[in-house]
Amino acid sequence: MDKLKKLVYLFLFLIGLIALSLFTGRYPAPGLMNPKLLQTDALALKLVVNLRMPRILTSLLLGSVLAGSGLVFQMIFSNPLVEPGFLGVSQGAAFGAAFAIIFFGSSLILIQSSAAFFAMAGLAVSYFIARRIRYGGWILRLILSGIAVSALFSAGLGLMKFAADPMSQLPEITFWLLGGLWSVTWRDFFIILPVSALSLIITFLMRWKLNILNLDDETAYSLGISPERDRILFLFTATAATAAVISVSGIVNWVGLIVPHLARRYFRSDTRYSVPAAMMMGAIFTLVCDTIARTFFSGEIPLGILTSLIGALLFLIVLTGKQVEAGR
Amino acid sequence: MNESIIRLDQIRFHYSGEERNILNELSLQIGKGDIVAILGPNGVGKTTLLHLILGWLRPEEGTIFLNERAISDYRRKEMGKLTGLVPQDEHITFEYSLLEYVLHGRYPHLRSLESPGPEDRKIAQRALERVGMGELADRPVTHLSGGEKQLVLIARSLTQDPAVILLDEPMSNLDIANKLIIINILRSLKREGVTVLFTTHEPEIAATLCDSVILMGRDKHIEQGKSGDILTGEALSRIYRVPVKIVRAEGKSFIQWY
Repeated sequence: MDKLKKLVYLFLFLIGLIALSLFTGRYPAPGLMNPKLLQTDALALKLVVNLRMPRILTSLLLGSVLAGSGLVFQMIFSNPLVEPGFLGVSQGAAFGAAFAIIFFGSSLILIQSSAAFFAMAGLAVSYFIARRIRYGGWILRLILSGIAVSALFSAGLGLMKFAADPMSQLPEITFWLLGGLWSVTWRDFFIILPVSALSLIITFLMRWKLNILNLDDETAYSLGISPERDRILFLFTATAATAAVISVSGIVNWVGLIVPHLARRYFRSDTRYSVPAAMMMGAIFTLVCDTIARTFFSGEIPLGILTSLIGALLFLIVLTGKQVEAGR
Repeated sequence: MNESIIRLDQIRFHYSGEERNILNELSLQIGKGDIVAILGPNGVGKTTLLHLILGWLRPEEGTIFLNERAISDYRRKEMGKLTGLVPQDEHITFEYSLLEYVLHGRYPHLRSLESPGPEDRKIAQRALERVGMGELADRPVTHLSGGEKQLVLIARSLTQDPAVILLDEPMSNLDIANKLIIINILRSLKREGVTVLFTTHEPEIAATLCDSVILMGRDKHIEQGKSGDILTGEALSRIYRVPVKIVRAEGKSFIQWY
């Protein structure tokens, strides 16, 4: 099948899912809600407009940013095993959230700001350390410093957990680390929207260039690109958005790692198609997981658990399944 | 020699962290539309020389001119239209079709944010046909043999369509039939006015194909001249430090070294 057609089907599928998810939940009873109820039941209308809509939109942003950024990272590092949080970003956010929970109480806005701040700090520190490492090529240096910075933050996080009040603060930290969108409001959505949307748009518009940045440095250079400058631009764009979305959602694993693989498997590597495919598949994946999280059980399952569980199973099924033929 | 397209003036270069100079006060010129081979023992700096001309490496001293303008004065995309590189090998992580891969060569010709269109695809398809891989355009690039990969890298450079093509041992992995394909491509590039500079370990190919030859010795001594004048048994013996004899038969040169 034509790849463009496949993208259109994917988009229509996403729209269908959004509509379905809007009327799925535990009110008035677990399962689907009759859309007519919106006209008669004021509570139903409030629920859909003020709770489900911002939550669904945020899950779409979360999924498309994580998957899109994951693909950007994998292309730029020429490595299928990296994900958007690995340059100290995820661990930085986790540390930042724990830090805020312990020292500033459980103010949501402070937790989010602190997570976003330390996530960006993680990237900045990784980047500056990488520039000082006198060993290996540029990519290896970034990976090494990313690993070291992540380890420092996770040591810090361990310390926070150790110092936390086991009755109140520790569960809150643990919950944040498992990821979830249960507290999302319109305000959260509008806070992360500008950065996320800008990053998605920039990445989408510049996507073909990612193919060139995936080439060996001297080859990319010979084709008329400045590899280091352009890679930093992409990394910064992808990381800023990742930091923004995980500051709201907490740590949501696997989306940034797995979805790019699925996108490449069905659309091949050419970023002209694999970038929009990854963004849409990420949105679909997170939306489905989050809808399950808030529908199936009365006590909500943290989103991060579901994305890991479903993501890993899906990954195994797809990778061990029959070879998919990629159209032109 | 034709009017020069590349001129190196008193180039000095060494890799950071290494004591020895790879290149010392190197000056040379490459004529427009010439085919030029660089010969020399492993590790003498042949690839380094290509990377310097590309601008990827910067000399510590001296200037490299392209069309009598210092290469550092060119914008990146302009350079991409003027010089192409065919590396000896390339690390390919992700699966592309051959056509998609070769299309990357169109990058310098596209506006920013533009991706290749039907015309670019035609150019890429023609380049694949030229290296004899036209029917394999849909095959995944990750499934190629070493020799096939080399052909694809050359096709990408043809797609790039630069004025100067730098090739790093372009025939090292190829069987004789494919070597002949490349030799013919290099000859037709010359007819199209493209300047070709390549490194090789095969003096015979240099002798039959090239307008001029650059010999790089370990003592940093560099000789440049017509292949007939330069490729003598004596000179080859000196740079490779093994006894080499050149035998001429049926109008061709054969080298004897074992």
